[in-house]
Amino acid sequence: MSYLLDSLLKALELIFSFDHEVRMAVWTSLYTSGCATLLSGLAGIPLGLWLGTSRFSGRRLAITLLNTLMALPTVVVGLLLFGLFSRQGPLGPLGLLFTPLAMIAGQTVLAAPIVANLVLAAVAGADERIIKTALTLGATRLQAAHQLLREIRFGVMAAVIAGFGRVVAEVGVAMMLGGNIRNSTRTMTTAIALETSKGEFAFGLALGMILLGVALLVNLGLNLLQQR
Amino acid sequence: MKIVQKTLFLMVLLLMASPALAKEHLRLATTTSTDNSGLLAELLPPFEQANDCQVDVIAVGTGKAIKLGETGDVDVVLVHARSLEDKFVAEGFGVDRRDVMYNDFVILGPAADPAGIAGSKNAAAALGKIAAATATFVSRGDDSGTHTREKQLWKAAAISPSGSWYLEAGRGMGEVITMATERGGYTLSDRGTYLAYKTKTDLKIVVEGDPGLFNPYGVIMVNPQRHSHVKVDLAKKFLGYLTSTQGRDLITGFRISGEQLFYVQQ
Repeated sequence: MSYLLDSLLKALELIFSFDHEVRMAVWTSLYTSGCATLLSGLAGIPLGLWLGTSRFSGRRLAITLLNTLMALPTVVVGLLLFGLFSRQGPLGPLGLLFTPLAMIAGQTVLAAPIVANLVLAAVAGADERIIKTALTLGATRLQAAHQLLREIRFGVMAAVIAGFGRVVAEVGVAMMLGGNIRNSTRTMTTAIALETSKGEFAFGLALGMILLGVALLVNLGLNLLQQR
Repeated sequence: MKIVQKTLFLMVLLLMASPALAKEHLRLATTTSTDNSGLLAELLPPFEQANDCQVDVIAVGTGKAIKLGETGDVDVVLVHARSLEDKFVAEGFGVDRRDVMYNDFVILGPAADPAGIAGSKNAAAALGKIAAATATFVSRGDDSGTHTREKQLWKAAAISPSGSWYLEAGRGMGEVITMATERGGYTLSDRGTYLAYKTKTDLKIVVEGDPGLFNPYGVIMVNPQRHSHVKVDLAKKFLGYLTSTQGRDLITGFRISGEQLFYVQQ
């Protein structure tokens, strides 16, 4: 019991002492996952809407592929992009490896399929007549899609939240593409992995509690946004 | 759609404000033993202040650190596996290798000492006894400097370890000490990491003092002729700093609970 109590006390101490390294790790986590969530929303929402509303041959195959991508292990994404961003790789000259931008790219690849899939599910659950009615009333296709989006906004929000949840909690991409560099690419999760490897279990767990707290705050914020 | 516009704007602002772009960065791939022990946290800040730069430390095993040097993803490597280092330089991936510091490896074991090797000064013979007793041994199994040395010692003992008593963890030194503690097994560790872990493990040093356990660290600059983006000036300054009087004093002055972790050759 004392182990858990120690971690809790340590977490509170870290929060209230505004420890610089902890703040940087929280910031890096939020910044990279935030950007990645936004990008995956920009890619995933239109993709989900399109797959959900159009009918073409190969659509089932595309959906199955998308479902499979949801199961992409983070280390596989890390490995693929590592090869891409390494100085030996095709994008090597950009020097992106071990920077926050590389992490954002990897996390976007992780989150986009989830967002697209959940948006697709929301479209499937919506009234089919929304688009038809809008079109009949003289709306353009874009306006009709906009109307559909308004109708399924709760589902879309849930998709974005799920995408954020996956990237803020993952450690594989952040570790492989970020390199866990102090004050630069060290996130909450890679910091936890580091502290665990150093045998500082209480400190690691304390960081875990802070991560959970931060996730709670973000979700509360999104919840408020949703209710407006 | 206003929200999307606002968030996009915010994101662009964030990207531009990214502190990662402000200072000159030197990429250093090194081993977990130098970083996790806390040495680099003492050693780097004076260099960063003097040169207005930031040293980005990527702490991995020696094998991976050297790979990162080969691909040019870092500017400098600080590692401890002389055979791999020499190969790295000989193949033209690295230049200007310098001795930085040394400490030694130790064999750790449980107090019960099922292989009966405590106090031995012959590391290879001790490993032979562990294998004969099929006592649990946790190997790093990750091509790190420590793993490279362990393989050399097994070779010297003319044994290729396998069986349920030989656990290949594939993890860092700290995790392996924790694993060996939990399993009541033996393991090979650098002395620095062991000292840092002393209060967290029941394992004791059972073998030390064998010349075959000498553990030198070297620093190598990645060859700028192979990778033109290597920050040559800063890397040269870093090599100079590590081997300067200031750097050597910081290394020898570094203590964990009163014990010295690293030494420099006089």
